[in-house]
Amino acid sequence: MTDLAKIRNFSIVAHIDHGKSTLADRLIQETGTVEDRDMKAQLLDSMDIERERGITIKANTVRIEYNAEDGEHYVLNLIDTPGHVDFAYEVSRSMRAVEGSLLVVDSTQGVEAQTLANVYHAIEADHEIVPVLNKIDLPASDCDRVAEQIEDVIGIDATEAIQVSAKTGQGIRETLESIVHKLPAPTGDRDAPLKAMLVDSWYDAYLGVIVLVRIMDGVLKKGDKVKMLSNGSVHHVDRIGVFRPEMTVIDELGPGEIGFLTASIKQVRDTRVGDTITHEKKGTEDALPGFKPAQPVVFCGLFPVDSAEFEDLRDAIDKLALNDASFSYEMETSAALGFGFRCGFLGLLHLEVIRDRIEREYDIELITTAPSVVYHVYMKDGTMIDLHNPADMPDLSVVDHLEEPRIKATILVPDEYLGDVLKLCQERRGVQMDLTYAGSRAMAVYDLPLNEVVFDFYDRLKSVTKGYASFDYQMTGYQTDNLVKMSVLVNDEPVDALSMMVHRDRAEQRGRAMCEKLKELIPRHMFKIPIQAAIGGKVIARETLSAMRKDVTAKCYGGDATRKKKLLEKQKKGKKKMRQFGKVDIPQEAFISALKMDS
Amino acid sequence: MDDWHNGGFGLYVHWPFCQAKCPYCDFNSHVSAKIDQEIWAKAYLAELERNAPALDGRVLNSIFFGGGTPSLMHPDTVTTVIEAAAKIWPFANDIEISLEANPGSVEAGRFAGYRDAGVNRISMGIQALNDEDLRRLGRIHSVAEARAAFDIARNCFDRVSFDLIYARQGQDLRHWQAELTEALSMAIDHLSLYQLTIEEGTAFGDRYARGKLRDLPTDDTAADMYQATQDICDAHGMPAYEVSNHAREGAESRHNLIYWRYGDYLGIGPGAHGRVTLAGRKYATETHKAPGKWLDQIRKGSGESLREELTFVDQSIEYMMMSMRLSEGMDIPRYQQLSGSELPAERVQDLVNLGMVTISDQRIRATAQGRSVLNAVLRELLVD
Ligand SMILES: Nc1nc2c(ncn2[C@@H]2O[C@H](COP(=O)(O)OP(=O)(O)O)[C@@H](O)[C@H]2O)c(=O)[nH]1
Ligand SMILES: C[S@@+](CC[C@H](N)C(=O)[O-])C[C@H]1O[C@@H](n2cnc3c(N)ncnc32)[C@H](O)[C@@H]1O
Ligand code: SF4
Ligand SMILES: [Mg+2]
Repeated sequence: MTDLAKIRNFSIVAHIDHGKSTLADRLIQETGTVEDRDMKAQLLDSMDIERERGITIKANTVRIEYNAEDGEHYVLNLIDTPGHVDFAYEVSRSMRAVEGSLLVVDSTQGVEAQTLANVYHAIEADHEIVPVLNKIDLPASDCDRVAEQIEDVIGIDATEAIQVSAKTGQGIRETLESIVHKLPAPTGDRDAPLKAMLVDSWYDAYLGVIVLVRIMDGVLKKGDKVKMLSNGSVHHVDRIGVFRPEMTVIDELGPGEIGFLTASIKQVRDTRVGDTITHEKKGTEDALPGFKPAQPVVFCGLFPVDSAEFEDLRDAIDKLALNDASFSYEMETSAALGFGFRCGFLGLLHLEVIRDRIEREYDIELITTAPSVVYHVYMKDGTMIDLHNPADMPDLSVVDHLEEPRIKATILVPDEYLGDVLKLCQERRGVQMDLTYAGSRAMAVYDLPLNEVVFDFYDRLKSVTKGYASFDYQMTGYQTDNLVKMSVLVNDEPVDALSMMVHRDRAEQRGRAMCEKLKELIPRHMFKIPIQAAIGGKVIARETLSAMRKDVTAKCYGGDATRKKKLLEKQKKGKKKMRQFGKVDIPQEAFISALKMDS
Repeated sequence: MDDWHNGGFGLYVHWPFCQAKCPYCDFNSHVSAKIDQEIWAKAYLAELERNAPALDGRVLNSIFFGGGTPSLMHPDTVTTVIEAAAKIWPFANDIEISLEANPGSVEAGRFAGYRDAGVNRISMGIQALNDEDLRRLGRIHSVAEARAAFDIARNCFDRVSFDLIYARQGQDLRHWQAELTEALSMAIDHLSLYQLTIEEGTAFGDRYARGKLRDLPTDDTAADMYQATQDICDAHGMPAYEVSNHAREGAESRHNLIYWRYGDYLGIGPGAHGRVTLAGRKYATETHKAPGKWLDQIRKGSGESLREELTFVDQSIEYMMMSMRLSEGMDIPRYQQLSGSELPAERVQDLVNLGMVTISDQRIRATAQGRSVLNAVLRELLVD
């Protein structure tokens, strides 16, 4: 067990690519935590445990032993948090397990949207914050400007910001010294009853569920019987350890320490993040302020391309869910796509990660339907339902009104692109809340409907700003608006998987864009195909895909039979990948691409 | 009775050399400075002898010398092959012996020799009837030379066909209508009219991929050209009997009909494909493609590089693919016999309703409209 005064717990917050992973590598290397010969780049990101613990890419920890210049030996626990907005919730809860943060800002770039979002989590968790200006080896580095920006935009003192090059190693010693001298030691009472925070948990095929804990008070030992305060369940601790960064078994964890325990727990769902862990006997009654579980905000249908693979898909989803409590699913049937699952995700990245894993690790090809947010549908009889799927929209005659989720979006962008960004936000029904300048960058804060953002907002933002804008958001609440369900008919057949909720004022435009897109995406058939968008029974947009006129091999003699057969087999396979709606084959990519709005 | 009897039995002989490589061509053709005709004659003989025992007792319906440019073969080489074949198989009374010729003056000088060797039909690659377009196609002959060669061929042979390539760069519908009308005034009783296909791995293919092959007609224009071709040829009494082949009644290429009626054919020469039925099993065969390698392998005993048994289902697919190209269409009972299953009734009905196919006398036939989108029709008929 380590003396409290010799422990420092911290996290690193940074915008993507500002050098968080590289800096973590240097800290690990400089302190000799990992032998030089075992050192590989982005060590924390490539840890096995990260892969094992699944998609949520929650947080990684490493225990660093450091002999400081004052001659003392310190234990530094780093919790590395993901930077993406989908996982903001993970970030905020990890922050509550540590006392300080390094705020890493790329000195050639300056403060970005994720810098802001993440630093606010740190401020909320009462962290001591040490600013680090990274990449000073680059000629474009401008430490004075960036330090000033940190003071202006974030409002923290940056006069003593450390100038670092995580690439060359310059400033790493100073960073370690600052961690020791500027960040506070944790507090806690060794003699008090055990009180540990369940920071995170994930499933390991050999060890069962691994629980990451921060000890607040008391001592946790192997063999202890521990109790989860939320539900009173008792577990026998069979292993205790720390990450260096590989799992290392130790005898006990005392106050201020961060480590893991295993206790033959079968499912991640049996562990609640934020829960308080204590001893079964003589435990504390006093729970830490809990976190509420992360709520899925984006929903979509996942269907196997080959309907025979439905059971395989069920298996894959069950397995993934074991390790990811933030992802929800239920069975769904679609007239067009057959059996599949309606799944809920923390955001689009989370959706993509899960989808990719199913396709790659379980080798199941998927059709992904349009992402949708959760609408509140208020019925005339006074009840309210959560609508996860536009296809389930009740008949308008029984609906009183609808509410949609809104977000507060923060966008940082160089001046010259501001006009385009404001235009984009306007088009997406945004309401400006704030617009300020810091040097040559503008910060725009918008109130936006989430459904205008889930799909391709970020792509569009990147493209109109040539990649210079950064973006982050948080959910704010629900608001009534004039929303309608738009359905799509292909060859006069409704395609349920393409129906979507839209604002009435934008319906015509969306309908037209959708029909035009589908016209490009659906291959020509032997007959002409009308493509329509409709609200209720009223057609609001229409395109016609003309009939295919030429598709024949001009020369086909004895030597061509084999080649021709292969070609046809390939085409047949391609056809199988499409879905049939009446007599029309629709390629699977149409279900996603048709919804991207290019305007 | 084995299924191949429905199509007959032919011999395909591949000659892999040309004077120059045309930029659109993906046939197995090579340019070579010196070719020892005697060595080649011997190699063909060896391949015939290797295959003879297994194919004993058959009657030969046709021989086809294809290329490359078989009109670069010495007439003696052609004689050797024909005589050897005659020793192995009795010839059908109406045996067709065709040779592909390029319309240069050199070749024309050999036509009488081919006739004396036993060739009774010439298929000449004229490709275009204006010099500028011939140049763009990379052809080394002029229209005048082609016409002269064609006249010499007509004097030597009763049956002379020629090939044109249309839907070329810069060609529009009216231009093609005029060219086709001119071609029909020259034609005797058979014409092959191919839409230009951009093949991967050719000079045109590369240029196309780089966006440098300009002024190709759009698919819609090409479709109009195909339709116009049907109309004009019908009006001249030369209807299509296959997707790209037109003939007066009775003048169809018997050798090519063996392919499309899915008979048996032995393929010899570099890169030649064959379909042969032995003891009730049908095999797909291939030979080494590179001329040098082929010769080497024959010295070691065999030019064959692949022999693969085709399941009955494979055969049914090939039969459908080939026979649906013909205006006579596909024999439904024969197809069912091979595939062991019925045609998909609902899809067939849809195709009938769309005017893509007709059904009568137990045959399914693609209409002219259906032929122009035949791949799509086949995809419907073949989807399981
Ligand atoms: N020149 C230079 N490049 C750096 C420095 N630190 C990080 N990088 C590079 O910046 C990129 C992003 O770094 P990474 O650590 O992955 O950033 P993260 O997304 O914040 O984890 C990588 O290509 C690093 O090699 C630095 O101090 N100097
Ligand atoms: C074996 S080839 C060539 C015969 C002969 N060597 C000649 O070029 O005249 C038979 C015919 O196929 C046609 N052909 C070859 N390549 C083609 C292509 N890429 N597109 C359309 N037709 C083609 C030509 O009309 C050619 O005459
Ligand atoms: S088109 Fe004929 S002449 Fe030209 S390369 Fe091909 S086979 Fe040889
Ligand atoms: Mg990183």
